[in-house]
Formats: sequence, C-alpha cells, structure tokens
Amino acid sequence: MAETARLLWSATVESIYMVAVSVVIASLFGIPLGILLYSTDRGRILEKDWLNKILGVIVNIFRSIPFVILLIMLIPFTRWLVGKTIGTTAAIVPLSVAAIPFMGRITESALREVDRGVIEAAQAMGASPLQVITKVLIPEALPSIAAGITITAINLVGYSAMAGVIGGGGLGDLAVRYGYQRFMLDITLYTVAILVVMVQLIQVLGDLVVKHLSRHR
Amino acid sequence: MIRIRDLTKVYNSASGPVKALDGINLDIEKGDIFGIIGLSGAGKSTLLRCINLLEKPTSGSIEIDGVEMTSLSPRELKEMRKKIGMIFQHFNLLSSRTVWGNVAFPLEIAGFDRKAIDEKVSKLLELVGLSDKAKAYPSQLSGGQKQRVGIARALACDPTVLLCDEATSALDPETTLSILKLLKDINEKLGITMVVVTHEMNVIKQICNKVAVIERSRVVEQGTTFEVFSRPKTQTARNFLKSVLINEIPEELKTKIKALNGNLAEGRVVKIGFFGETTGKPILSEVVKKYDVNANILFGNIDHIQGVPFGTLVVQFEGKNGTADRALGHLRELGLDVEVMEIG
Ligand SMILES: Nc1ncnc2c1ncn2[C@@H]1O[C@H](COP(=O)(O)OP(=O)(O)O)[C@@H](O)[C@H]1O
Ligand SMILES: [Mg+2]
Repeated sequence: MAETARLLWSATVESIYMVAVSVVIASLFGIPLGILLYSTDRGRILEKDWLNKILGVIVNIFRSIPFVILLIMLIPFTRWLVGKTIGTTAAIVPLSVAAIPFMGRITESALREVDRGVIEAAQAMGASPLQVITKVLIPEALPSIAAGITITAINLVGYSAMAGVIGGGGLGDLAVRYGYQRFMLDITLYTVAILVVMVQLIQVLGDLVVKHLSRHR
Repeated sequence: MIRIRDLTKVYNSASGPVKALDGINLDIEKGDIFGIIGLSGAGKSTLLRCINLLEKPTSGSIEIDGVEMTSLSPRELKEMRKKIGMIFQHFNLLSSRTVWGNVAFPLEIAGFDRKAIDEKVSKLLELVGLSDKAKAYPSQLSGGQKQRVGIARALACDPTVLLCDEATSALDPETTLSILKLLKDINEKLGITMVVVTHEMNVIKQICNKVAVIERSRVVEQGTTFEVFSRPKTQTARNFLKSVLINEIPEELKTKIKALNGNLAEGRVVKIGFFGETTGKPILSEVVKKYDVNANILFGNIDHIQGVPFGTLVVQFEGKNGTADRALGHLRELGLDVEVMEIG
C-alpha cells in the first residue's frame, strides 16, 4: 500500500511538472504566435498577407497531426534538443510543440474579440502597432487569454498521459506499466481519479483568475 | 486651417467598389465648430476619418495647418495625430483601465513622464467634471460620463483639432445637451477647432457655426449655420430642418386661413421669416402705422441659432386700396422673407 502511494505520488509530481513546464513554454511561444496571426491578418494593424498565410498553414499542419504520431515524429528533434528521448523532460518537447499552435489559435481568437473601435481610438492618438499590441490588445484580451491558457493546460493533462505511453513518465506511464502490463487495476483507477482531480483543480483555478481579471468589465 | 480638396474615397468591398466620398471640398477655419450632417451611409464618418487618415483617401488633398496629411511618413503621421483628438459614438474606452488610466493613455503613448501625466490627467478630469470618478472603470459609468472621459482623453495632448463622430448619438436628449455644452465651452476656452459629424440637426443648431450637408458622397450645401437654417437650398437640408424648427403651420390654422381668404376682400395672409437683426426691431408696428393696415398675428415662433434670433410669423394684413400689398413690399425691402399664403 505504501509502495502504491509512493508510486502514485512521484507519478503525480512528474505529471504536474510536465504540464506546468509545457504550459509555460506553450504560452511563451503561443501567445506571440497568436499576436502575429492576428495582427498580420487582412485589415489588422500589421497586415501582411503572405506571412499570415504561411503561419496559418504551418499552424494548421501541426494541429492536424494526431498527438501520438507527433510524439514519434519528434523523437529526433527531442534527442537533438534535450539529448534524450525518454523521461519527463523529453516529453515536454512534444507536449509544447503540440500546445504552441493551439495556444496561438486561442490567442488569435481572443484578440479578435477586442473592439475595433478601441484599437482605432489608440491609432487616432498616434499609437504605434507595438503600442497597440502592448497597451490595448493584450490588456483588453487578458481574461480571454487566461481562459485559453486554462483550456491548454487541461488538454496538456490528457496529452501528458499519452506521452507517458512512450516512456515519458507521469501518471500515464504508471497506468500503462503497472495497471495495464501488470494487471494492477487499482493503480489504473487511482491514476484516473488523480487526473480527474487535476483537471478540476486547473479549471477552478483558471476560472478564478479569469473572474479576477474581468471583475471591472 | 483644414483644407480639403477634391477628396475621393472608394472602398473595395466584396460586392464591388463603393464610392463613399466623391469630390469633397471644404475649408474649416481655426476655432470653427464645423458640422457635417447627412443621412446614414452618406459618407460622414468616412470624411471625418480621412482627416486623420484612419481611412486612406483614394485621391485628393487634406491640409491641416499647411501640412499635407496624405504625404506624411508613418512616423510623421503618428506625431500629427497627437495633435488631432477624436471622440466616438460608442466612446471606445479601454475597459481594462480606470477613468484615470484612460485619460493617461494618450500621454503614455506620447512618452510623457509619470509626474507630467498625473498633473495633466487631474486637470483634464476637472475640466470635464469627473475628478471624483478617477478610480472608476468604464463599466461603472453612465453614457454621458463615458463621453466625458472620451473628451478628456481626446484633449490630453493639447490638440488643435477635435474630430467628433456622432459623439452624442448614443445619449439621451438631456445628456446630449450637457455634452454639447461641454464641447462648446472647450471650443471657447481653448480655441480648439472642431469637426462635428452628426445626423441630428439639433447638434448643429446647438453648437456649430458652420455646416455642410452631405448626401450620397457629396457636399450638396454648405455655409454658416445661420445661412443654411434661414435659407436652405436643398430639400435634404429642409428635411433636416423640420426636426428642429417649428416652421410647419398647424393644420387647424390652415383651415382657418382658408376661411379667411374667402372673406378677405383686400387682405393677405402672409408667412414672414425673420432673421438676425431684423428680429429685434419693431418692424411690424412700423408698417402698421406707415401704411394704415391692421395686422393680426395668427401664428408665431422665434428660435435662436448661434445666439441670433430667428423666427416665423403668420400674419393677416387688412387694408384698403392696396395698402396691404404695399406693406408687404416694404417688408420685402427690409430683407424679410415674405410669402403670401395661398391656401385652399
Ligand atoms: N470599410 C468599409 N468597406 C466598405 N464600404 C464601406 C466601409 N466603410 C463605409 N463603407 C460604405 O461607405 C458609405 C459611407 O459610409 P459612412 O462614411 O460610414 O457613412 P455615414 O457615417 O454617413 O453613415 C456607405 O455606403 C458604407 O456602406
Ligand atoms: Mg457614421
């Protein structure tokens, strides 16, 4: 029993680590990508049709590859980047790569919700495109972006369990190695329970942040 | 100070090109409150947005204080825009910032330091009467208060021009009057030139000294507000005027005049338009004495435009041996609009 608890505990910590780091990396790259997708679109502040089309195609390609296949395809890239292909740190690479385009699209749609009139008012005051982005678009879209990060994090919980299948560690890995291969049904049930709790916690926390950010609107 | 020449704007919409402005020529002088009135879709907003180049003109020239707007580099345009304030129908405030933050916004963009911003913002909030709302968010304000924030924000960088696009169209009549009064005060206090786009003649009547009527992408009539109100040339202008001037003779009166015309052997029922200085003079009593006629006022209405009285009277003149007609001739010589009413 103590052994089971120990296994579950370390797997949970690994899962949290994978999800947390991947969310941070996905936001770090995905939000700027979303800003670029939005602002280069037709009729927007940095209209650049060709760049917008290229980015759009790349994002769509990555989003249409099933995650398990992406996992396998990225093995050489992961080895080059972190020097290994197994373990939680290695799993962060495909998780982030899958989440960046998703976060990009979510950010793009959050920015589209910002009232054109407000952007125009800023331009009429002589704001540069960069000032429009930092002082208007991001602050105005912040609640929606926070909601997007919540969704991304929840998706990453599911993906991180999948990444475990190819030796990524974490709760998915535990469920496969013990629950499936050694027929320890209780371990499988525990991991599922923990994953459910994790998703619930992320959702509640995310909702609180969104509510706080939009308290004046 | 704002010189617009042969301005044309064509939008390329999905359903083909739309000519929103077609050969616009306007001269707006320093200190003017210049009204632009027209029906929805006439091209008013497009015209206003061309002035600060939010819309790029297809052809033509826009000069502000001698600077040709259409040939500025992006950097020069940004600098120029800091001197052109703009307010909007839907206020366009940042929901993520307080009243204070919204007014500070253009100053931050212009690169002022914290201390200068603080000083300027408190002055502006005082000017628009919102000092006590500094910490409130836009969602906590009424429409009129939001527009006051919009005005304070637009004035932050000491503009020489203020562009107003339907600034009172989302407000109730009472709030509209208070915002118009604020704009007028600012115009008088700070000497800022204002371009006021509206579809409400009342706005023109309250604050504008000049007006251009725009219809189907063209300016069809322009002049001082007084000229256009007293002698409208186009049907469009007359239609707009109906909403603010009680020039229409009531139906019952028309019936009564019809009866009078039947009985009147040597009399006339006339509609007299009074403008400006003639309103203050005892013209009617002079005429009555001089030509020995009787004058019976059937209907009257006097209004003020730009502080100048302006009115309509319906008067029944009675006199023997053509004296009534001579009295009318005299009134015409004095520059009054005299129209004999042939009703029935
Ligand atoms: N961005 C745009 N793209 C295409 N057509 C436009 C655009 N903006 C305005 N128009 C068209 O130009 C005409 C004038 O519009 P606008 O200047 O907004 O009129 P107003 O402000 O007088 O109501 C209308 O026919 C309108 O549909
Ligand atoms: Mg308009």
